[in-house]
Amino acid sequence: MTKQRKAIALISGGLDSMLAARAVMEQGIRVEGINFFTGFCVEGHTHAIRKQDQRKQKRNSALWVAEQLDIPLHIVDIVEDYKDVLLNPRHGYGANLNPCLDCKVFMVDRARQWAEEHDFDFIVTGEVVGQRPKSQRKETMPLIAAESGADDRLLRPLCAKLLPPTLAEREGWVDRQRLYDFSGRSRKPQMALAAEFGFDEYSQPAGGCCFLTDANYAVKLQDMWDHRPSRDYELDDIMLLKVGRHLRPKPGFKLIVSREEGENNFLMGYRKQFVHLFCTSHPGPLVLVDGELPREDEELAARIVTRFGKSRDTARAEVELVRPGEPPRLLNVASMCAADVPQSWYL
Amino acid sequence: MADEKIVDARRLLCPMPVIRLQQTIARLAPGDEVDLLSTDPGSRRDVPAWCRVHGHELLSCEEREDGVIVTRVRVTDR
Repeated sequence: MTKQRKAIALISGGLDSMLAARAVMEQGIRVEGINFFTGFCVEGHTHAIRKQDQRKQKRNSALWVAEQLDIPLHIVDIVEDYKDVLLNPRHGYGANLNPCLDCKVFMVDRARQWAEEHDFDFIVTGEVVGQRPKSQRKETMPLIAAESGADDRLLRPLCAKLLPPTLAEREGWVDRQRLYDFSGRSRKPQMALAAEFGFDEYSQPAGGCCFLTDANYAVKLQDMWDHRPSRDYELDDIMLLKVGRHLRPKPGFKLIVSREEGENNFLMGYRKQFVHLFCTSHPGPLVLVDGELPREDEELAARIVTRFGKSRDTARAEVELVRPGEPPRLLNVASMCAADVPQSWYL
Repeated sequence: MADEKIVDARRLLCPMPVIRLQQTIARLAPGDEVDLLSTDPGSRRDVPAWCRVHGHELLSCEEREDGVIVTRVRVTDR
């Protein structure tokens, strides 16, 4: 009796990995999916926080893809291990702080480990030669296979015909002739294959699925690193970079100002860990202080708080300042208007 | 008698509630039941989806007055 071959497919939630998994399922391979959570995933986070976005239907794209494929999906928390990938990328960063090539090597390596632990035969990704300038090039394909340790157990069904045969093809587990030769940035071949497979709905994230490719996010992350003794970070640090306005009036501290009710509620969950301020005389946002707020800068911080509430239109306002472990104090300060806040403070 | 567990994923954003549930279920036996506490509205959708793809039984999913979503899952042997 022929052994049932098994593949673990990296499922991002996008179309390519969905098609790649389906392509090998079509050949009788048992496929399960694996998805990695780095903490930088765009997936749903800001939507979950901001009230205006909470009305929209939210879904985890990778889970949705798994449902369409009818395969189990293993979501793996790699937040801790991913730090080394981000902080020390051997192949450098892309346009922003995205270590895409190291990231791909890391994820394929983790999938390889999972496959070994669970007795799976090979690994499937949705990579396409020439699709991404940093990580999906003809030269990087063998590099990813080698550095991840997956070697020829890594199959890219969408561009397999453009690459040397892998173990799964040589052993006849999959028929190479029924794989594909997609290349370049065009999405037309994928869309045609999606139609052939009967997928009429799929995720096509315009801005990518990782905050590290986002220029605005990268500025805030770089600023955080520049103003701390170490570039190490915790999950809360990188989550807070996704929320609110960030202003750095002095090198030693920055303010995180909620922009609406949803963000306010989210930041409330952090208030016991941070020095925080809010206006008591007028409606306004909750503001967290990240860093060390010197006593002599308390008034400045309180004045900035007034800029972002109804107090901006008044001469003076009362702001409550809370330092964890100390009684709250009320500060009566001159309000700031928009013009009083230099643009250079905004991150 | 089934072993009952509680996974506290309050304040965690998706997909962390699913990951916490997944980690707990990996240690449980078929027939065990687990209650997941979460506050991210996305978990109302993600947790049932995760249960469906893994074949676990979703027994209930309700939001309490304090905004905490309680999802009860029975582990299967799939």
